[in-house]
Amino acid sequence: MIQAVMFRSLWEYRGFILANVRREFRQRYTNSLLGGLWAVLNPLTMIVIYTVIFAGIMRPRLAGQEDNLFAYSIFLCAGLLTWGAFADMVGRMQGVFIQYGNLIKKSNFPRSCLPLIVALAALIDFAIVMTLYLAFLLVTCNFPGWVVLAFPAVFLIQLAFGLGLGLLTATLNVFFRDVGQFVGVVLQFWFWLTPIIYSASILPETLRDWLWLNPVYPLMAAYQGIFLHHVWPDWSSLIGVAIGSLALLLLSGRLFLKLAGEIVDEL
Amino acid sequence: MGQIVVSNVGKAYKRYPSRWARLREWLDPTGQPRHQAHWVLRGVSFTVEPGEAVGIVGTNGAGKSTLLKIITGTTQPTEGTVTVVGRIAALLELGMGFHPDFTGRQNVFMAGQLLGLNANEITQLMPEIEAFAEIGDYIDQPVRTYSSGMQVRLAFSVATAKRPDILIVDEALSVGDVYFQHKCLLRIRSFKEKGTTLLFVSHSPDTVRMLCQRGILLEGGMVIKNADAASVMDYYRASQVRRCELATPDKSTSDLEEGEASLAGRQSKSVLTRKSVGGVSVELFSPSIPLHSGDLLTIQISAVFNETYADPHIGFGLRNKMGIVIYEANTYTLRHSTRSVQAGEQLKVSFTFPCRLLPGTYELMVGIANDGYDQGSFEQSLFFDQSYLIFEVLAGDHIGWGGLWDIEPEIAVS
Repeated sequence: MIQAVMFRSLWEYRGFILANVRREFRQRYTNSLLGGLWAVLNPLTMIVIYTVIFAGIMRPRLAGQEDNLFAYSIFLCAGLLTWGAFADMVGRMQGVFIQYGNLIKKSNFPRSCLPLIVALAALIDFAIVMTLYLAFLLVTCNFPGWVVLAFPAVFLIQLAFGLGLGLLTATLNVFFRDVGQFVGVVLQFWFWLTPIIYSASILPETLRDWLWLNPVYPLMAAYQGIFLHHVWPDWSSLIGVAIGSLALLLLSGRLFLKLAGEIVDEL
Repeated sequence: MGQIVVSNVGKAYKRYPSRWARLREWLDPTGQPRHQAHWVLRGVSFTVEPGEAVGIVGTNGAGKSTLLKIITGTTQPTEGTVTVVGRIAALLELGMGFHPDFTGRQNVFMAGQLLGLNANEITQLMPEIEAFAEIGDYIDQPVRTYSSGMQVRLAFSVATAKRPDILIVDEALSVGDVYFQHKCLLRIRSFKEKGTTLLFVSHSPDTVRMLCQRGILLEGGMVIKNADAASVMDYYRASQVRRCELATPDKSTSDLEEGEASLAGRQSKSVLTRKSVGGVSVELFSPSIPLHSGDLLTIQISAVFNETYADPHIGFGLRNKMGIVIYEANTYTLRHSTRSVQAGEQLKVSFTFPCRLLPGTYELMVGIANDGYDQGSFEQSLFFDQSYLIFEVLAGDHIGWGGLWDIEPEIAVS
């Protein structure tokens, strides 16, 4: 019931949300000459650099992919770009109520608009990056084919996880500002503890047994499988994350609804 | 439309003895509270009927702003309920939460949407908003380059672009300049006439008295008085005076010296202000600048006529900040004959009088008409501007009097 009310009011404020998403997107590029072009140039340079370095200069070999010049670049980008979207979303969401504190104190609107705004803005950035990546795969004749259809499904799980974690930290951060600092530190460790720039197979057996504890690992493994090996993800490994993410999202939503009224008093 | 019902509203902020206390409270399974409730509002009840204008006064920290925030829905009451019928436009404090990096125009779109307008409506209202704010090219500059006065101008223009059912104004106007304050009050009055409910918070009892029928005095988070505006404002002012007397026993000497210096400067006659619109130009003269209450003021109005008129007359009027006309007359009503004018000819009339207005700002009304008859009616009205220019009167030699006009009574003591 309360969810229905929330979604309806979000729909009524769609103009406000979209205008703010546009503003969030432009914000990074205000006062720059090239404007939105930077949104394309930044990820493009990243992909080009990794490709040049790892395909052209360093040439690390991945097991079973020795003949593919771009194998490591594809592997790296599959994890790095999606992890980037996850970290960007959580990182932006955790501070959203504080960032918009001025507005919250002066106007009355559904507070749930705010996490949605930054999440959508993060999604736009990711959409640009992903388009470039897919173009790169096409150009280098590494496009995964039909298997690519699994990507949106896996990404949806990541989205639920990111939204849940983001909303949770955003709400808690208003009451305990340590949460925002903590998120930054945790994301750093999390990145290096997840097989993104290295492959899980290089880990010692003892460590590999603990990987199942990392909810991001099955997602990353699925992406790497889709884009590098062109195989369908192992759905059974994703069920746990999917259920966990949904539970987290519901929990964060309830916490947020419970504390939404108190948020303005703490800013 | 436009009703506000506040019933038994209370607001408490949680005060924790330490930073960790909140965490302990959250994690404690017994749910034992570890904070103290700090009540800023308690047991507040009142109703504002559609079309009514209610002024809320009270000292700083009396809970006025919190009450308005609860009514606008910005913050939730801890107890009690607020029921609002109709669209609210609220100007809480400064700037409506404008985003500093975005242009005035972009911020207008944001703020407009939060006020319940859709993008099309805002696009349509944009020229109106720009014209009312009068900030010129700044509309396309980032808001961080605005002065606080410009922010208020824009905020007020957006909030009032479309007539709301309920208008809530919280002190915001005190930041703008005098000219804009007049403009805003004019608009607020016109909304009021069209049926908008007004909730007005101010430190100025006079503004409330002129604008509102009813006054509510808040003190320590409670409604102390809720009655007709005049009596509540008198009560409030009396309580303020008592506070002042306790706080400042003596007038400082530096004030007196400054007063003497300005007295010495009041000698020759000088131009206070001048303005021309079309063929009409007005100059105000006074023996000194600035103009003090009691100084001789000359209002010289000259008009160039584009046709031949047999019996032209020129008039002026004075209006205070609240729109109260203090005086209005013209050469016809003053039974002063003028002369006929040819096309292209100029007629100059000056009115001189001791300006014994209460210190404050005033609007000068200017009118030109032809062929008077009866009790001051004219066959032809040629020019009329009810807010031609605004001038300011400072305190003169007479201290501490109240009202509109210093009648300078002669006093006999026996």
